[in-house]
Amino acid sequence: MVGPKRTPLYEEHQAAKAKLIDFGGWEMPVQYAGVIEEHHAVRKKAGLFDVSHMGEIDVHGKDALAYVQMLITNDASILKDGKILYSPMCYPNGGIVDDLLVYRYDLEHFFIVVNASNTDKDYTWMLEQVKNFDVSVDNVSDQYAQLALQGPLAETILQRITNVDLSKQIYYTFTHGEVDGVPSLISRTGYTGEDGFEIYVSPEFGRQLWRKILEIGAADGVQPIGLGARDTLRFEARLPLYGNELGAEITPLEAGIGFFVKFDKVDFVGKDALQIQKEQGVPRKLVGLEMVGRGIARSHYHLQKDGVDIGFVTSGSFSPTLNKNIALGLIRADLAVQGDVLDVLIREKAVKAKIIPTLFYKRG
Amino acid sequence: MNPVELKYNKEHEYARVSGNIVTFGITNHAQESLGDVVFVELPDEGTTVTGGKSYGTVESVKAVSDITASVSGKVIEVNTLVLDAPDLLNSDPYGEGWLIKVEADDLSPLETMITAAEYEAFVAEEEH
Repeated sequence: MVGPKRTPLYEEHQAAKAKLIDFGGWEMPVQYAGVIEEHHAVRKKAGLFDVSHMGEIDVHGKDALAYVQMLITNDASILKDGKILYSPMCYPNGGIVDDLLVYRYDLEHFFIVVNASNTDKDYTWMLEQVKNFDVSVDNVSDQYAQLALQGPLAETILQRITNVDLSKQIYYTFTHGEVDGVPSLISRTGYTGEDGFEIYVSPEFGRQLWRKILEIGAADGVQPIGLGARDTLRFEARLPLYGNELGAEITPLEAGIGFFVKFDKVDFVGKDALQIQKEQGVPRKLVGLEMVGRGIARSHYHLQKDGVDIGFVTSGSFSPTLNKNIALGLIRADLAVQGDVLDVLIREKAVKAKIIPTLFYKRG
Repeated sequence: MNPVELKYNKEHEYARVSGNIVTFGITNHAQESLGDVVFVELPDEGTTVTGGKSYGTVESVKAVSDITASVSGKVIEVNTLVLDAPDLLNSDPYGEGWLIKVEADDLSPLETMITAAEYEAFVAEEEH
């Protein structure tokens, strides 16, 4: 039997007595002090995440830009060196292979960050799309430990141990520099709805950096954060999760990320199907839900109107920031009307929920 | 830390017996495993519960757990405090975090439950 994969920080999680779970084949910390406490720490101060399980794929070659453009729905031609783009990557039928961050080193080198559990699938898919493009595509996931420092105090804390002027590093840009003397790729990105950084280093430096950041941020209230709070944080900020809001059977237009599909750029995989869906109107829409009755709508619960199935919950939780039970659901587009009430089927009981805007939380 | 006067089962629930009134709750180990409890669903007062069957749910941020009645009987009191403050299950599972009180039809099912010491041995074994 093949055991679960572990990140270079595994021993740190064990030592911190984190609760560990299987996440897409990885043994990862789901919580340290507790999901709610960790959630508030990120919203109010800062939190440190081990996201070394994320996949990284390098694209090199003369045709790198043309290849990436064909692969993704967003327009990579607007990128400059050191800039980052978020994009879905679609199948020809418009369903989503994965959602990615695309880093441009230069015109002939792009660095693509993918979801941990999709890494192998994405890499295979990307190799299949190479065809006549003059590019080499390499799965370099094993060459990086990745830490995310997120929260309003992230910049202040990280600035103490880096030679990079972080105040010049705007959102969705990256640069190379040293953190605690360790050569790092520093990216102003994240998955929490807060300001913050993602730091990529060689795996052997992962533990050193993890300890250093917790040490120098201790007085500011920095805590290690598990996947539990990562999920509630991203969910409140309406950041989609592959396997929940996104999937092979869901298009970006349905999932509410149509903004990242640029029809006026060069051809890309899925363009025809998405164009048709756009013209004909999307059959389903992602909506926000707030529970009116008592209960928590959870992923895959059925949504009904007058006893008829109209969709399903993609993510649902108690929201620590709003102190309410909220959810995201994919429902028939004609019934996606703000303020309307529908039923969530919770253990065969219909519980009322109201349709609300999906952006539950936005940082001030 | 598990009160010796209570009876336990292997679903990490306890029963506190006083005459023919049985108070149900979840154990300290249960709340630790669940993490922050954010929602509790309990039956209404006056309804009946069936021994060995689910009478409600306890939900943490990530998980939904059924809670099982240790005896059959009528629900004579519901801890409405935990409906509004489910974190009482985390902070005081054996005190303010109790769930319901049942007037038992028959106390004999309690004989299959285990003592605090037996329960602690079971938890230790389960963690291996």
